[in-house]
Order: sequence, then structure tokens, then C-alpha cells
Amino acid sequence: MFESKTSDQAPSLDGTERMEVSMGPHHPSTHGVFRMDVELEGETVVKLKPVFGYLHRNHEKIAEGTSYLGSMPYTDRLDYFNSMTNNWAYALSVEKLAGIEVPERAEYIRVITAELSRLQNHVCLIGFLVQDMGALGTPLMYAFRERERILDLFESLTGARMMCNYMRFGGCRCDVTPAWLRQAHQVTEAFPRFLDEFEALLSENEVLLSRSQGVGALGQDLAIAAGVTGPMLRATGVNYDLRKADAYGIYNRFNFRVPLGSHGDVFDRYMIRILEMRESIAILRQAIRDIPDGDYVHPKAKLRGFKPPMGEAYGRIEAPKGELGFYLISDGSPKPYRFKVRPPSFINLTILEDMCLGQTVADAVIILGSVDIVLGEVDR
Amino acid sequence: MDTEFINGSFDIQKLAEELEVAVASSVLSIARNQSPSSQHSLVLNPEHAIRAAQWLRDQSPERWDFLSNVTAVDWPAEAVAQRQKEMAKLSQDDAYSSPEGGYLEAVYHLYSITRGLGPLVLRLQTQDRNQQTTLPSLTPVWRSAEFQEREAFDLYGIRFEGHPDLRRIMMWDGFEGHPMRKDYVEPDDYEYEPTPHDEVLKRSQDRLNQGDQPKVTS
Repeated sequence: MFESKTSDQAPSLDGTERMEVSMGPHHPSTHGVFRMDVELEGETVVKLKPVFGYLHRNHEKIAEGTSYLGSMPYTDRLDYFNSMTNNWAYALSVEKLAGIEVPERAEYIRVITAELSRLQNHVCLIGFLVQDMGALGTPLMYAFRERERILDLFESLTGARMMCNYMRFGGCRCDVTPAWLRQAHQVTEAFPRFLDEFEALLSENEVLLSRSQGVGALGQDLAIAAGVTGPMLRATGVNYDLRKADAYGIYNRFNFRVPLGSHGDVFDRYMIRILEMRESIAILRQAIRDIPDGDYVHPKAKLRGFKPPMGEAYGRIEAPKGELGFYLISDGSPKPYRFKVRPPSFINLTILEDMCLGQTVADAVIILGSVDIVLGEVDR
Repeated sequence: MDTEFINGSFDIQKLAEELEVAVASSVLSIARNQSPSSQHSLVLNPEHAIRAAQWLRDQSPERWDFLSNVTAVDWPAEAVAQRQKEMAKLSQDDAYSSPEGGYLEAVYHLYSITRGLGPLVLRLQTQDRNQQTTLPSLTPVWRSAEFQEREAFDLYGIRFEGHPDLRRIMMWDGFEGHPMRKDYVEPDDYEYEPTPHDEVLKRSQDRLNQGDQPKVTS
């Protein structure tokens, strides 16, 4: 688990030697099979190199040998917490490539499922983050209780709790029933009270504040240059949310705000996720209220024998972890010529070293937790 | 930085002309995208790519400050010929201006956060797939290319000059080969162990002796 050896450098002035520690890949706090090679002087991190590839399943090469629709279940397994948003990003890219239109009801269904997915992702992430800080799993279990309600919804809609495989090119796989919408409404209405309960013990908690404020601060310019997206970027103060900037789907019909941080530290990232959950509830209320009748999939959408025209497309959405994009090159055949996933977690890790330098090794664990990585996405 | 407006479109022809004026002979061509997505690409000259990238980031009217995606694509000679044939059927020029003997390509997707524009697609092409597979690294210009160029090196074999830390990222350090290439053949045994045993050893030796194509075992 922990291997360490002293490095070859000369001892530093106060007599300590540098120690190289390999944290992971079997480690309870690294959110998956992820390894960090840290060099420590005492407890201070002086060098940190992330190492991954332990979950590399060569999704992109498999997709070159599979039809477009056949890759849809594989996209579930990228960020295995949010299969709905992964599916949507892929469907959006193929729809851009082939010029397929999506009916209105299907767009509303997509928004509802994506925002439910965002709720359960953020609440679980906060649970994992405070677990890393030492809360030993109690807030996490509260979060999982709410997550189970949302997964019940997904299961009754798609048949699977996590690997939903729900979006199709031109809409969704099946329609939502009025009973399902009533149930979704109940879950949405119960969520703010749960969030109040959740926040009451956390947001003004002395331990959380002292462990997260000022830790892992990130500046705006470095964040943009490093391609950071999602809540991590907004925690630094950059107002860039793809739901507003790209306005994909029908997001321009909903009235919601984008929370922004000011310091870019771990506490800002925590607070942004809490506020984003409240905004997601607002979007859900509007979407469930306004969903029209209609088709759940474009009537002329071809599922079998789908051959997009030659060309390429890059489509992206605001996944809960950041900008999830799919780059597809088509040569006119039923299988893609090039299939590339742009994973937010992978690119958000670029500046992990910059954020952790000078902090203690315990803080490095928390900073990693606040980046919100899922190895399925990082490694594909 | 206020981006309440929706990502707008920009004129790639005009951008190419301005870039050509600022950094001479940097733009080789504009590759028109045939699909309805209309995301056209600028094919850049690798020699002047870094200066072109700096101009795009700092001095262009659009201010392309956000590098979203870096990919590599493998175009073996047959695929290039196939593409040119398909384009001829559509009565289009294959505007990629690419080497006919096959090449590797690095594709960059840029967005502008400050102006709300995108995507601008840049393409850098190598000379061929075997010997001359070196391209300049754009990591000094946009830091987000760091891990993604490493991945392109690992999976495709494109060497990025000027990259601060070019080594394998997904595959383990002793791995041989570049798995995402179109002509990659999986070895019989990934461990390259000097002592394979039982069925693996027998299978490898049989194939070696007979010079057969590998069969799919059930």
C-alpha cells in the first residue's frame, strides 16, 4: 500500500531527508485505482506526480469496432456515477454529427434525468470529501440515502440503477409515465429539506472550515490555461457554465443561477456544489412542471443501420464533474473512425501538483477529493 | 468575465487570413467539415505552430484562451485513399492537404471563454507514420495539453517536442507499441514474460514455427 524510500538528494538544511511515497493504487482515499507519487519533506509535499491507467479499458478502440449505438452502454461506464449525463453527451455529439433533431418532450426528459444525476453526484461527492476529512462516513450514508431515492427513479424508468443506457440518437429509449413524474416531483420536493439537514451539521462545522479554507487554492488564469472546467473552475470565480454558455438542449428556457466562488479553495468547491444542488432543484421544478406531451424520440430516428455522413463533430455538455465532450470522426460507415472522450476528471488533474505543493500530505488527500475524479472517466 | 451570452460563431476564413498575416506561412489550409456540425478546421504548419498558437491565445480578436480537447488520429495510407475517394464522390476536394502515404494527426479544440466562441479546430499533421512522427508541443501555450499530449504519445506514438514530461500515461512504462494505431496487433501475452508456460508457450511457439495468422480462440 505505502512504499517509501529515501531519495538520492542530499539532506536539507534542517537535517530532514526527502521521502518518496507512493500513495495508491490500493488506497481508501484515492477514489478508485489512482496513484500519486509524492515526495515529502517532513509532511510537506514538494513534488506530486499522478499516475493512472489502472482502469484503462481501451474504450476508444472498442468504439472503433462497434456501431455508434453499440457504444452507448460503454459510455455508461465512463463516469459510473452519472450514466445519464454521459449518455446525453454522446447522443448530443452524434446528433451534431448527423444533424438529428430531438423532440421537445425528449429534451425535457433529458434535462430532468441529467439534473437528478447532478443532485446525486454532488451530494455523494460531498459525502466522500468529508469522509476524507475524517467524518468517517456518516454524512456519506445520509447522502447515499437520498441517492437511493434517485436511483429508484432511474431503475423504474430504465431498468438499471446506475448503468442506464437511456439516451438514443434523437431522444430517449422509452417514455416517462405520469406516475414517474409524480414520483420525481416528490423526490425533488423532499430534497431541499434534506439539504438543510445536511448543511446544518457541515457548512458551519469548525473542522470542515479549518481543514478546507485556504487549502488547495487555485487562481483563475491558471485554471483557464489548464483546461479546468465544472465546479472547480467556477470556484475560482470564472463564470463559465456550459448550460448557459452553450445553451445546449433547452437550458435557455430555465431560470437558474450559476454560483461562483472567490478563492478557489476546497471550501469554495464544497459550497459551490451545495449551491448548485439548490439550483438543480429549481431547474427540476420548472422542467417537471412544464414538460409537454409529444414524442420521446424522433419518429424518423434510425436505430439500426445508422450511418452518419462523413465529417466530424465535437459535442460537449456540462456534466456534474465538468465539461464532458465526445469527438467523433465519421467516414460514412456504421462504425466511427475515431471516437474520443474528453473526460473532465482527467483534465482537472493536470494541476493537481500545482495545488498540492507546499501543503501537507493530509491536505493532498482532501484536494484530490475536491477535484472530484472518477477513475472510469480518467482512464477510460 | 461574463458569459451570459450563448457561444457564438466566428468566421474561420477571416481568422485564417489574419493568422496568415500575423504568422507567415502558418496556415496550410482550411479543412471544411462535411457533416452538419460545420466545425471547420485550420490545418497548421508544424514549423510555425507554436507562434501561431501564441497569436491565437493572446492577440487574435477572439482570444482563444481555453484548450478543451487534444486528440490524435491515425490515418494509414488506405484510409487517406478511401477518404479522398469518398470526397471525390461528393465532388469535394479533400482539403486536408495531407501526405498520401499515411500520417498521424494531432487535433486541438479551442474555445474562447472571454468572448464566448468556439470550437476552433486546429490540426497538425506529421510527415508519415513511422519515422517522422514529431510535432511541436502546445503545452507551453495551453497547459491543459499536458496530459492529453502524453496520451497521444502513449497511444499513437506522436513525439511532442517541447513537452515538459513526455512519457507514457495510460499504459505501463515497459509497454511496447502504440495501441490505438489502426495496425496495432495485440501480442499473445501482455506480460512479455521470459517464461510463459503451458498453453501460452505452446501457442506462441506453434505460431512462430508455422508463421500463421493468430486464430481467435474460444
